[in-house]
Amino acid sequence: MPFSLLKFGLNKDYPFEQIADLPGPTDLKSHYDVVIIGGGGHGVATAYYLAKYHGITNIAVLEKAYLGGGNTARNTAVIRSNYLTSAGVRFYTESVKLYERLSNEFDFNIMYSQRGQLTLAHTDATVRAFRQRAEVNKHFGGRTELIDRQAVGDLVPSLNLDPAGLPILAGLWHLDGATARHDAVAWGYAKGATQRGVELHQLTEVTRVDIEAGRVTGVQTNRGKVSCGCVVQAVSGLSADVSKMAGFPLPIVAYPLQAMVTQPVKPFLDPHVSSSALHCYVHQTSRGEIVIGGGSDPYPLYGTRSTLELKEGLIASAVEMFPFMSEMRLMRQWAGITDMTSDYSPIMGLSPVENYYLDAGWGTWGFKATPICGVTMAELVASGGKVPDLITPFSLDRFDAFRQVNEMGATAASH
Amino acid sequence: MKILTCPLNGPRNIAEFTYGGQVKPMPNPSEATDQEWAHYVFYGDNHIGVVREWWMHTPSSYWFIVERHNQTDEVIRTYDPAELFDVGASPAAEPTGADS
Repeated sequence: MPFSLLKFGLNKDYPFEQIADLPGPTDLKSHYDVVIIGGGGHGVATAYYLAKYHGITNIAVLEKAYLGGGNTARNTAVIRSNYLTSAGVRFYTESVKLYERLSNEFDFNIMYSQRGQLTLAHTDATVRAFRQRAEVNKHFGGRTELIDRQAVGDLVPSLNLDPAGLPILAGLWHLDGATARHDAVAWGYAKGATQRGVELHQLTEVTRVDIEAGRVTGVQTNRGKVSCGCVVQAVSGLSADVSKMAGFPLPIVAYPLQAMVTQPVKPFLDPHVSSSALHCYVHQTSRGEIVIGGGSDPYPLYGTRSTLELKEGLIASAVEMFPFMSEMRLMRQWAGITDMTSDYSPIMGLSPVENYYLDAGWGTWGFKATPICGVTMAELVASGGKVPDLITPFSLDRFDAFRQVNEMGATAASH
Repeated sequence: MKILTCPLNGPRNIAEFTYGGQVKPMPNPSEATDQEWAHYVFYGDNHIGVVREWWMHTPSSYWFIVERHNQTDEVIRTYDPAELFDVGASPAAEPTGADS
């Protein structure tokens, strides 16, 4: 064995045939049926379902940096459907169902782990809101129930039941709550899409959107010009800046969202635990690190810097919930940019430009919606602009008509 | 920690302040169409660049104006709203220097 090892070490060619997950870079073609701006989870999922269900494969996904390198890589990988509004719950429940079978579908492990999500109520008003959320969720096929203080303690023995002088009254126990490896979700979709003929162009930045008589005709990029049949914009974090190129504004404000992980420790925490009053959530990854996250920053910014105030606040809340964590060290922190809308719901569907489709407004709810966004956006594109029922409540024109969705079950919303 | 200079109280920790939204001209509520009003309420200047915002020094309840770059988080200038608004006029008065 050492001899053959030495032989391989000196050999210029790797002795086994390697099958790359993604094809190497190619030149841009002059025309695509569909151009997708943004190579994050949503963009590649849309391309995947277009190729898989609708037979449309002449697609270019244009990504200014790297596959899944933006907010797909920066979320805290939580999957759940226990929102508040019918529109939201219906939509996210479908997403959870798709996530459950995604590893099988890809033949690629996305490390989907259905460990449940527990949201804590510290006031009577929150208990009432949770009761409503549990019923709405059950109605649409999700598994959510209200549990009392003692059951909360049984479920998470390491949890302090009286954090920060705010006794836990009850919990919203969401059995469908899960986590998955966010990078793997983007890789799985990209692999499946490119195998079906979709082109993924990384380091390709759209610099101009060409519009003639209210229709998109093509886009200019740093690697040349391409014409196209239609465009899908899926660039959360920079949605308003990209839509400006297409000539219309979006009612979105960009806020950073900061999160962090501790050093890895032995497994002690199965579910994802979130407190509505402390604005903090905690879960343990499969590597043993504790992920700590919360709401968005207190003021808008197109930046991913870290602040001491947010870290102090989040860590204080996390230590209140799990006091022994005060002995642990922080290993890493990061931030993503969230596309906040005033009603905590996405903006999906048609835009003022006829064949320019929107997948924007992903505040703190984007990763968990990735599969269903891909399915519905693909349906929208393939039908030439017929908006699927599931996403009609999220249309851009709801703002002009004062028809907001008011999703107060969002993490960033105060309960 | 980030320091914000309050025109009334001087340089203070930014944790002492509350963000109050962008400065934007308000259409006359009794004359504006629903669409104009919706646009005023939901849309703003959300592109990368310098923005003009309302901030409040929370302990003293003092509202003032901040000009800030929304990508670098660099504060260009802070000043009293009297520079923009005629404080003696009705609350619906247009800001004199607002450009949005």
